[in-house]
Amino acid sequence: MQTIVAYVENKPGVLNRVASLTRRLAINIDSLTVGPTENVEVARMTICAHTDERGAHRLEASLEKLVDVLLAENITDRPMLERDLALIKVAADQQNRPHLMELIKVFRGRVVDVAPDSLIVEVSGTVDKIDGLLEVLRPFGVLEMARTGRIAMTRGNDLLRPPEDARQKATENKTPAGK
Amino acid sequence: MKLTGAEILCETLTRLGVRHIFGYPGGAILPVYDALGKSKLHHILVRHEQGATHMADGYARATGGVGVAMATSGPGATNMVTGIATAMLDSSPVVCITGQVSSKLLGSDAFQEVDITGITMPITKHNVVVSKVEDIARTVREAFLIANSGRPGPVLVDITKDAQQASMEFDWDASAPQLPPKRIRDNHDQEEFDRAVEMLNSAKRPLILAGRGIVLSGAMRPFAEFVNTGNIPVAMTLLGIGCFPASDPLNLGMMGMHGEAWVNTAIQEADLLIAVGMRFDDRVTGDLRNYARNARKIHIEVDRAEINKNVQVDAAIIGDAGETLRFLVPHVHQRDHGAWLAHIAELKGDSAVRDIQSLPDSGHLYAAHVINDLWKVTKGNAIVVTDVGQHQMWEAQYYHHNAPRTLITSGGLGTMGFALPAAIGAKMAQPDSEVWVVVGDGGFQMTMCELATIVQEKLNVKIAIINNGYLGMVRQWQEFFYDKRYVATPLVAPDFAALANSFGIRSETVTARKDVVPTIESARATDQSVLIDFRVEQEDSVYPMVPAGAALHDMIRRPDSPLVETASEP
Repeated sequence: MQTIVAYVENKPGVLNRVASLTRRLAINIDSLTVGPTENVEVARMTICAHTDERGAHRLEASLEKLVDVLLAENITDRPMLERDLALIKVAADQQNRPHLMELIKVFRGRVVDVAPDSLIVEVSGTVDKIDGLLEVLRPFGVLEMARTGRIAMTRGNDLLRPPEDARQKATENKTPAGK
Repeated sequence: MKLTGAEILCETLTRLGVRHIFGYPGGAILPVYDALGKSKLHHILVRHEQGATHMADGYARATGGVGVAMATSGPGATNMVTGIATAMLDSSPVVCITGQVSSKLLGSDAFQEVDITGITMPITKHNVVVSKVEDIARTVREAFLIANSGRPGPVLVDITKDAQQASMEFDWDASAPQLPPKRIRDNHDQEEFDRAVEMLNSAKRPLILAGRGIVLSGAMRPFAEFVNTGNIPVAMTLLGIGCFPASDPLNLGMMGMHGEAWVNTAIQEADLLIAVGMRFDDRVTGDLRNYARNARKIHIEVDRAEINKNVQVDAAIIGDAGETLRFLVPHVHQRDHGAWLAHIAELKGDSAVRDIQSLPDSGHLYAAHVINDLWKVTKGNAIVVTDVGQHQMWEAQYYHHNAPRTLITSGGLGTMGFALPAAIGAKMAQPDSEVWVVVGDGGFQMTMCELATIVQEKLNVKIAIINNGYLGMVRQWQEFFYDKRYVATPLVAPDFAALANSFGIRSETVTARKDVVPTIESARATDQSVLIDFRVEQEDSVYPMVPAGAALHDMIRRPDSPLVETASEP
C-alpha cells in the first residue's frame, strides 16, 4: 500500500480528474479523501493505492502533470501519522451493553448514540486499530458502518505545504503559423 | 468596445498567432462561425470532424506550433475523439474548440448535448468547460500555453452557446493566463548526472535511442553534437526519425518491431543505452524481461512520469532534451568506439544482401520499391505523411529522412485514416514544401472524404496509395500467427483513379515497376494534386519482424528469396 498526499485546486471536477487518472493507470485506490485546507482555494487529498513503489512514482508524477494538481508526493516511507475515522452501529441490548462498552473503551472508541437495540461507536486511529475493533464488534452484530478513509501527515519538521499562490506568469508562446 | 464571446474567441485566436482553423459548423458553435466570417482567420471546411483534428495535428507536427480544430457539440465533438487521442499519444500540441449547449440546458440531455470534457478527460492534457463570456479569452490563452509547454498535448475548450452570444467589454491585458501555482521541481540531481557521465565515458558498446522528444525540443543541433562528440551510434524510434540525418553513418535507422536486424541486435549487445526523448514503448522493446540485458541505461526525458515506467534505468536526467544535452556535452569524452562500430557494420552487411533493393528485378511491383523510388525522385526532401500499417513501416525503412518534421505519422495510437487529413494540415502549415501522402488502400478508405477538402482549398498534395487489396499488416499477422486464415482482411476498393477524377483530382494507376519513377516525376511536374494508385504485390510482408511479446533479438528475418513462390501477378 502506498500513500500519496496531493494539494489540488479547490474547484469542481478535480476529484474526477484524479479518479480518471488512477483508472487510466490501472492503479486500484484503497481510499481517497479530500478536504479543504486553511487556504480556501486549495484542497488536500490523501490517496492510498494498491501498488508498488514504481506504480506510486508513476501516479505521483502523473498527478503533478494535471493542471489542477499543485503538488503530489509519495510519503509512504517517511515518518508519518495516518488516521481513519469510523462510525459503527452495533446491535446492543440491555444484557450485553456493559460488556460492549468495556470493549469499546479498550479501543478508545466513544459511544455517540444509544438506542434501545443498538449503539453507535465513533473511533479514530490507524486502519489496523479500527479493523481490530471491528473484529471484536462483529459477533455482536455490526448493523452499519461508515469510514472516512485515511488522512496522512508527515511528522515534525517534514513540512508538506502547497506552493505559494503567486499565479504563474508564464510567457505566452505564439504559434509560429505557416508561411 | 463591447464584443460577443464569439468575437472575443476569434480576436484571441488571432492575437495568439493562429491563421488556420480546421472545423465543421453546427448549431452550438454557430455564433463563432458568424464571427469567423468577419475575422481574418482562414477556416478550412473539413468533411468529418475526425479529419479536422488530424489536420490540426498534422499542422502542429509540421511546424511545432499549435494546431486548432473546431466542431459543434454532440456528434461534432465525439467525432473528434480519435484525433484527440492520436495527438495525445504522440504529444502533439492541438487545441480543440467545441460548441456546447447553453449553460441553462447543461445536464438536461438537450439536443446534441454530450459531456465532451468527461469523454476526453483521459485523452487530453487538459480540458475545460467555459460557460461565462468573461472566461473565454483567458481559458483559450491558457489552453495554448498548456498545449505547447513541457511535454505537449491536446487541450479541449468547450464553450456554451450562451457564453458565445453574451457580450462584454473586452480587455486583452485583463485576460492574461492564470494557471494554478504549481510546485516548480528542481529536477537537477547531481548524483544521477555524475553517474550518467561516468557510464557514458566508460562504455565500450554505447548506443543512443533517439525519440520524438528531440524534435519537440528543437534539440537537433545539441543532439548531433552529443552524438559526434562521443562517436556513438544512434537508433531511432518511428517518431524520432528525422531528428538526426539518415545520411549520417552513425545513424543506424529505426529500432523495434520492424527495425532492421542490425539495429535490434546492436541494442541487445550494447553495454550502455542512452535514451533521449523516448518512452520505451512496447513496439520498441519487445519482451521487457529480455530487453538489452547487457546494457546499463540512461534516460533523458522531460516527463518525470516516464522514468522507470517500462524499463528500469540506472540514471535518469529529467529535463528538456536540448537543455539537458547542452549541459551534458562538455562532460562527454571524445571517443573512438572503433571495434563496436566495425561490429555493427558487419551486422549491417549481413542484412544488406537480403534487402529487396539488392534483388534483381523480378517484374513484381513491391511497395518497398515504390517508396524507395519516391525517396530517390524527391531526393528525400518531401514531407511524407503516412497512414498506419505495412506501408508505414516500409516508409520508415526505405524513405531516408534527413530533416525533422518531414515524416508525419501516427505512432503511439496507430490511427488508420490519419494520413490524408494530416497531410492537408501539413500542407497548410508548409505551403512551400512538397507533401506526399503514403497510405494503404484500407486507411485511405477511412477518411477519403477529405479529397473534397483538398479540392475546395485548391491544395497541392500528392497521394500514393499502396494498394495490395488487403488490410496488409493484419493479413501479415494472420499469415505468421493465425495459419494464413485471412479473416476480414481481403477488401474491396473502388477504382481509386476514377474516384479521384470524380473529385476533380488527376490520377494514375501503376502496375509495373518501370512506370513508378516516370509517374512520380510527372506528378511532381504539376502544381495540382495527383493521386497515384500503386497496385503492389498482394501478399508481401514487412521484414524483419519481432513478433509481439518476443525478445528483440528474436526476429523473423527477410527470406532469402522473398515471395517468389507465393507471388501472383498483380
